[in-house]
Amino acid sequence: MELRSMIRDFVVENFLFGDDTRLGSDDLSLLDNGIMDSLGVMDLVAFLESRLGLQVPDSDLVPQNLDSVDNLVAYVERRRATAA
Amino acid sequence: MFDRSVLDLDPAGEVHEISVRLRDIVQKRLRCRGVVVAVSGGIDSSVTCALAVRALGPGRVFALLMPERHSDPDSTRRGLLLADALGVARVVEDVAPALAALGCYRRYDAAVRRVMPNYGEGWRSKLVLPGDVLDSDRVNVSQLVVRAPGGAESTVRLTADVYLELVATTNFKQRVRKTLEYFHADRLRYAVAGTPNRLEYDQGFFVKNGDGSADVKPIAHLYKTQVYALARHLDLPEEICGAEPTTDTFSLPQTQTEFYFALPYREMDLLLWARSHAVPAADAAAALALQPVQVERVYRDIERKRAVAAYLHLPPVLVKPVDPGPPWERQDTPGVGE
Repeated sequence: MELRSMIRDFVVENFLFGDDTRLGSDDLSLLDNGIMDSLGVMDLVAFLESRLGLQVPDSDLVPQNLDSVDNLVAYVERRRATAA
Repeated sequence: MFDRSVLDLDPAGEVHEISVRLRDIVQKRLRCRGVVVAVSGGIDSSVTCALAVRALGPGRVFALLMPERHSDPDSTRRGLLLADALGVARVVEDVAPALAALGCYRRYDAAVRRVMPNYGEGWRSKLVLPGDVLDSDRVNVSQLVVRAPGGAESTVRLTADVYLELVATTNFKQRVRKTLEYFHADRLRYAVAGTPNRLEYDQGFFVKNGDGSADVKPIAHLYKTQVYALARHLDLPEEICGAEPTTDTFSLPQTQTEFYFALPYREMDLLLWARSHAVPAADAAAALALQPVQVERVYRDIERKRAVAAYLHLPPVLVKPVDPGPPWERQDTPGVGE
């Protein structure tokens, strides 16, 4: 499955009861719009580590990396490029 | 104009006003004979207890001290000191056996072992926030600090399910205490006084149906700085006025700052005031010798905590309105201000 779809599916299934109409655009802030809270960040990190095989250090837990589908896709691609 | 003086208040006037209102609420609205206060040895419960004495007299205030396995013995000592200084009836109820029977300690240790397999007898731990809210955009995700019997400390990343289990087990403590508060309130026909200050009330620093539950909350409108000012005016024992706020909940000593607020209460009070009064970040920053970007970060943190607090404050939600509503749901309930 394409990376963007995987991330969108995770967000919709885990934070929106499967209702993708609430997600809107991929640049929507998940934190500022009440879609993801700090507990959700824990779930998100578990998803990135277990499903996408990343190691996410504490210093990466910033909105620039995690706060929208766009940011997440860019973050994962950046990390994969660094690891390659 | 925003500066540190926004939290100044007239302590004598404030004590008088709270006392008059509290007496009125207990007697006419709640129709109770007195007040139960869970006294922790900290500043908030001490001031609440002293205000209850001002409002009702020492003969109508019952102080309840409820240590458990991880309580600092000094907290109980300070609580007894306060109760005796105020001349109120008091009792110490050790809640450790009840907590053990509920599996509080066993469940907590088992949850920690899922991220730290060696954890057991002689080990200690606490939940902490990263603590750099001013200087980092990092999302406030709690971590677990673990201390081995030899003294070596390590910080462990938590999974969501372990974090929730740890919070759920420690919440037993506040909920068991509240059960005992209502036992004594029922047998005495007293009301239960909650002890949150404004910072705690606004930011959701309480356990739903635990310390968040009460019949009246006399200091919920006061910033912590103001609670300290009242403590001094009320002439409470110096060691209570000078004690650093702690949670007294985990087996390792833990300040409220590292557990929840991310900034010392003096700064949190001022920035909560500023946020609540729509003070631009640049103005608040200038008054507190901070950078605007730092204030913006705290403002964001305040709003995120408020989003969590909304659930904690919410009473049970009805699927359909009860219409016409019963009299106690109306704002003009008879008994107030009569």
